[in-house]
Amino acid sequence: MNMIQAINSAMDVMMERDPSVVVMGEDVGYFGGVFRATAGLQQKYGKNRVFDTPITECGIIGVAVGMGAYGLRPVPEIQFADYIYPALDQLVSEAARLRYRSAGEFIAPMTVRSPFGGGIFGGQTHSQSPEGIFTHVSGVKTVIPSTPYDAKGLLIAAIEDNDPTIFFEPKRIYNGPFDGHYDTPAKSWAGHEAAQVPTGYYRIPLGKARIARAGEALTILCYGTMVHVVENTVAALGIDAEIVDLRSLVPLDIDTIEASVKKTGRCLIVHEATRTSGFGAELLSLVQERCFYYLEAPIERCTGFDTPYPHSLEWAYFPGPVRIREAINKILKD
Amino acid sequence: MSDSPGFAGAEGQAGRNLPPLRLHVPEPPARPGESADFTHFDIPPAGAQPRPDEASQPSDMRDMAYGLVRVLDEDGQAVGPWNPKLPPETLLRMLRTMALTRAFDARMFRAQRQGKTSFYMKSTGEEAVSIGAALALSRDDMCFPSYRQQGILIARDWPIVDMMNQIYSNKGDRLKGRQLPIMYSAREAGFFSISGNLTTQYPQAVGWAMASAAKGDTRIAATWCGEGSTAEGDFHSACTFASVYRAPVIMNVVNNQWAISSFSGFAGAEATTFAARAVGYGIAGLRVDGNDILAVYAATRWAADRARANAGPTLIEHFTYRVEGHSTSDDPSAYRSAEESSKWPLGDPIARLKQHCIGLGIWDEERHATMDQELAEMVRDAARAAEKNGILGHGLHHPMESMFEEVFEEMPWHLREQQQQMLDEWKAAGL
Repeated sequence: MNMIQAINSAMDVMMERDPSVVVMGEDVGYFGGVFRATAGLQQKYGKNRVFDTPITECGIIGVAVGMGAYGLRPVPEIQFADYIYPALDQLVSEAARLRYRSAGEFIAPMTVRSPFGGGIFGGQTHSQSPEGIFTHVSGVKTVIPSTPYDAKGLLIAAIEDNDPTIFFEPKRIYNGPFDGHYDTPAKSWAGHEAAQVPTGYYRIPLGKARIARAGEALTILCYGTMVHVVENTVAALGIDAEIVDLRSLVPLDIDTIEASVKKTGRCLIVHEATRTSGFGAELLSLVQERCFYYLEAPIERCTGFDTPYPHSLEWAYFPGPVRIREAINKILKD
Repeated sequence: MSDSPGFAGAEGQAGRNLPPLRLHVPEPPARPGESADFTHFDIPPAGAQPRPDEASQPSDMRDMAYGLVRVLDEDGQAVGPWNPKLPPETLLRMLRTMALTRAFDARMFRAQRQGKTSFYMKSTGEEAVSIGAALALSRDDMCFPSYRQQGILIARDWPIVDMMNQIYSNKGDRLKGRQLPIMYSAREAGFFSISGNLTTQYPQAVGWAMASAAKGDTRIAATWCGEGSTAEGDFHSACTFASVYRAPVIMNVVNNQWAISSFSGFAGAEATTFAARAVGYGIAGLRVDGNDILAVYAATRWAADRARANAGPTLIEHFTYRVEGHSTSDDPSAYRSAEESSKWPLGDPIARLKQHCIGLGIWDEERHATMDQELAEMVRDAARAAEKNGILGHGLHHPMESMFEEVFEEMPWHLREQQQQMLDEWKAAGL
């Protein structure tokens, strides 16, 4: 399966298992979603469980909060993460706080799916990575898969989870892994080990990172599309880096991060999102606090620049192979 | 600033020979020191409004969104097609519930002034809106209130000691001291957790109603917001969803004329009614005398029957007046005429029902005075019982470490660490 098929399969499996799971969003019903992630679900489960919505993100999430209070398990889709902002009040003030403020009387067991990230010439409003906004909100979980196998297992875990979860899907790798070389033909997931996705139920626990590559020279913390860009860059450079695919940002697998950095003594953080107050800053602080006496070089961040996501200059903005190589060289030089 | 792009300034327009544009900024009819005047309100006589069939098409009942459903006339007689013809015990229950709510408000307002809690909000003058609706709904219908519908909880016989415990944030507070006073949550009473963020409950109520419909349930949802809050985007998204999916929901707009210091003109009242918002969405809209509990009850029953018959949502504007300040943090004499509440043409909801009951021969002044006395004692006793659990800032609260619970279902490592850090810091400080 490619990542879209894996995500579709996760929803199919969960809708089959749990009659309280409902899927909703703009164009997700009859049409099956602008990325085809919900294709066939309305036909199979009916319009009471898979339905198109008006174009109102605050409405979609607000309605999902109410459905959750009733006892359903909604899986709302926000068509692009760039368009999640109108729903921020419902997510931050309501979904995230509901369990806390009602002392557990009401909960918001929803999973908000949303394609995110750049690398597709999406310009300013089809490329953003707003994960840092959500990791800053107490009460929501933030999950980002990097492979079809993980996407399905993590999405099933998110849907089963009783806390609201933001599930960001890196759209650049929906159809195939991306090595960062935009000028070479796109690859598909066919033949990739992680494209072997079981058709039935399985779950990958939230809060557990994955060692994408074991190594000794330095630790690279990354997630989503950047896992593949980092893997390929490291392979090309022939460097024995340990690549940690975080998979879930909140809750974070601090044990895996700590063990890796204490082993390698060096740490690079890579994300597409803009740098200032991005999630990388939190990772950097945690590593600094916990691994200070093990560090042999300053922790580096290779991230999107602090600008809106540019259209024509995308490949200068994107933390691709050139920028990652320079960051690695800088860390290893010390 | 002539080189500033996009702003030519008034001089830049000279020579076009057109009258200058003017910005209209609404102004209420009376400010402090001025005499109040409500003559611009068109108040139709009680009984004048027709009562359309519950299954009517919204397009066939547009006039209902501009009129005013009234049952109790100036003499306290129940008249017209909206008269719900309630039995005496229901009328007296309404009267008692409204009086209890007012007594509760009085006591808690005083408790705030005495420093026993940080904050309170009264609903004086608006008791009919919440209590009339609550008594017209089934107990298992879910209410998504704003912060001024404490009457719903009282109408549903929720213990007032429990409400006071929440106001005092004490060790008996079911919300563990996490919420600002009056932000109740009572799932068992069909009372959804109140949020400080205005109108967020509107789409949530619609979602709850959609879920009920999708599941083939028979329960409906009802929600409330003030007229000021109709300006929020959530109001629009809720109306759109309610209309699109014909959700079994009742959307109440409590038009009490004031949003803190802003008169209703700042929510659009100069141009139209709030019930008329329904017309554009293709929703049934009713405009009701919010100080006439029989009208509120009848309109809510109409809307509930409509929703239960799968005929769709209803938007009800309750025309009323906020008699007191917005909250204990507000002084209305700073922005409105002191005469307003006494000149309000729709009177007081308790006084009007009382007059009606006396007219029916089921009530008298003496019994009313006795009831008020009884309720005041009951509220005083409840307040004393609640104060035994602690008042704000006096140490009787939930354990400090409970602050970290229920952020998530299970406490993640970073919250466990912070919880431990807090305990260690207090211990190190010798506390």
